[in-house]
Amino acid sequence: MNKIEADGQVYKKLLRQYLESDNNSFLDEAKRMSISFVSRNIYPEEIVRIHMKAIDSLYGEMFNDYKRSLQFLLEALIAYRKAHEEFEKLKLEQYELKSEIQVAANMQKTLLATKVPEIDCLDIGAISVPFRQMNGDYFHFVQGEDGALGVAIADVIGKGVPAALSMSMIKYAMDSFYEESMSPSAILRNLNRVVERNVASNMFITMFYGQFFSASNLFRFASAGHEPGFIYRARKKKFMEIDAKGIVLGVLKHTYYNQYEIQIEKDDMIILLTDGVTECSRGGRFVKREEVIEIIEKYADLPAQQHVEQVYRHFHQLDDFELKDDFTLIIIKRKV
Amino acid sequence: MNLKIDILREENNYIVRLTGEIDVYTAPKLKDKLLPLTEKEGNKIKIDLANTTYLDSTGLGVFISAYKSTKQNNSNLKLIHVRDRVLRLFQVTGLHEIMNLEIDER
Repeated sequence: MNKIEADGQVYKKLLRQYLESDNNSFLDEAKRMSISFVSRNIYPEEIVRIHMKAIDSLYGEMFNDYKRSLQFLLEALIAYRKAHEEFEKLKLEQYELKSEIQVAANMQKTLLATKVPEIDCLDIGAISVPFRQMNGDYFHFVQGEDGALGVAIADVIGKGVPAALSMSMIKYAMDSFYEESMSPSAILRNLNRVVERNVASNMFITMFYGQFFSASNLFRFASAGHEPGFIYRARKKKFMEIDAKGIVLGVLKHTYYNQYEIQIEKDDMIILLTDGVTECSRGGRFVKREEVIEIIEKYADLPAQQHVEQVYRHFHQLDDFELKDDFTLIIIKRKV
Repeated sequence: MNLKIDILREENNYIVRLTGEIDVYTAPKLKDKLLPLTEKEGNKIKIDLANTTYLDSTGLGVFISAYKSTKQNNSNLKLIHVRDRVLRLFQVTGLHEIMNLEIDER
């Protein structure tokens, strides 16, 4: 007698005893038997088969409709089991992918890490929150010998892994030239060449590059199609949009970027952001740039790092808030 | 979110009417329909954005692809009825300077 037949005999005996005596202890035994089925990889549909056999052998084949209903149940269980197996497999695969992406995200964090420089006359804050695990936004600071500060903020089209991979390319390219001695316009022109050669035809990157010279309080900058930031004029208590024209990186083989200069006064702020800040939505509508300004103004008395964190927290805490893209905000304040 | 793509053809003149939202979900479909049109020499394609309610950077990427393809294949691309948020995106990214745009002043 094989194992299944032996199981069948035991099951039949238990079932008959239960039906004749109505004693719940037989139910408990049936439960124990089921548990042993799990450890031996016997599926639920097999139990239904055993049950059908037991009924046949106990009562003969007289319950025709009842027997067909069991057949029905059997098919339903087979389909369920197959779907369940598939589901478990996907769950495992998803878990593996997630862990792998987490490893990549950690690598990216190390790779793109930048230190906010300490410059006497400036107070600098920066926050970057990825939409998913990996960040397609990028910012970095570089400090020149003469108290000059270089700041880059960039946004790769799309989000997630492809965006993050392109971002790493920007980082490597920037590392390969001596940006402290280059003008914003030249930096963007060089990066454009790298990006144009190395990305798919539908990929592009937007970037803003600025340099602040503490000796002259001059801010020099150029933009490759990047979401415009703002200058807060303390004396007038007004925000001005930073107006810089230039095409995104990666579209034209050769291109030139205009360079602009403005004087930064005491207590002025330079505000740089990515469109994740303005593309986030509240209850299905987009947050307007005016709203972003309003919130930046509201917390303007905070030190720069707390300031950017508070602005993010403000939006994040709203009930109907939804981040749709990576979110990056940099605020540079002139203290003295 | 959905995007309806209607293509009208008269010889080698095409009008591609886009109704709805062009985003990360609908952009691949647009790319599949639009790119082949730009690959034939002499084709003139007008993309009508009058009823495009939303365009994100992924959608912009499709237009950049199409633009590059017209340069390689000697075809022609023009975007018509560009306005509001969609227009702003072209202006911010500097693409309005190189691509042929007919701005809707409504």
